[in-house]
Amino acid sequence: MIGLEHYLTVAAILFVTGIFGIFLNRKNVIVILMSIELMLLAVNINFVAFSTHLGDLVGQVFTLFVLTVAAAEAAIGLAILVCFFRNSSTIAVDKINVMKG
Amino acid sequence: MIAFAFYLFAGVAVASGLMVVLSRNPVHSVLWLILAFFSSAGLFILMGAEFVAMLLVIVYVGAVAVLFLFVVMMLDVDFAELREGFARYLPLGLLIGLVLIVELGLVFGTWVFADNAPELRAAVAPAPTDVENTVALGQLIYTQYVYLFQAAGLILFVAMVGAIVLTLRHRTDIKRQDILDQIYRDPATAIEMKDIKPGQGL
Repeated sequence: MIGLEHYLTVAAILFVTGIFGIFLNRKNVIVILMSIELMLLAVNINFVAFSTHLGDLVGQVFTLFVLTVAAAEAAIGLAILVCFFRNSSTIAVDKINVMKG
Repeated sequence: MIAFAFYLFAGVAVASGLMVVLSRNPVHSVLWLILAFFSSAGLFILMGAEFVAMLLVIVYVGAVAVLFLFVVMMLDVDFAELREGFARYLPLGLLIGLVLIVELGLVFGTWVFADNAPELRAAVAPAPTDVENTVALGQLIYTQYVYLFQAAGLILFVAMVGAIVLTLRHRTDIKRQDILDQIYRDPATAIEMKDIKPGQGL
């Protein structure tokens, strides 16, 4: 029988994969953004798993808002990326030191 | 049957998540990401959350992943150069991933539901045989969470305006059509009369 723990395990593995991807592709912003999407997906799986396990719909409502914020974040992130690429014709993260921060 | 479907979807989701991170070509990464989203939508359907599953397919696969695909294909980047240092960061990434997995495992080992968890539910889901998931969610979102729903719309609006402002630029080095200028032309300025004598050219 498939229980709550199974879904939580899948979500945990996906989340760790996302973090692993951020460390592995330190230079490629596009893959970093995709890893963040994977982590948000894992969080969504957790929300929905608890929501359906307990029979509380608020978890699914919250998933909706996480999806909204993830979509907005992807749009803004890619817009910044395109803007940066126009100015410097590279997307390597370690070259982004214009502000000397 | 449900167990088989779960292991299928879960295995595909985890494997394609790994391929997103490991694949050489970012275009392949985006395609693996789409597969991961699809199989997660399958997991959501298995859990009985059809609305969120369809939302995942429409919003993520239909919009976000295609946006990623557009950007990856539009930018002329040497992706091989971006991959240098891949092997150098591999041990650190594996170490941090391992630490995180162990921590999550420890949490799983000791975690239990609170005794009064069923009483603490904010919106008890009706039985799926009475009210479908989508209808129940709609009744909740448009009544109790209507302000948050509007705020989500506002966030999307601000993101749209921000993306347009960031990427819009007015190029001065190209020719543009000026329609008003064309309309205000009259024969007096547009035509020049010349009196050509016979036997002569211009």
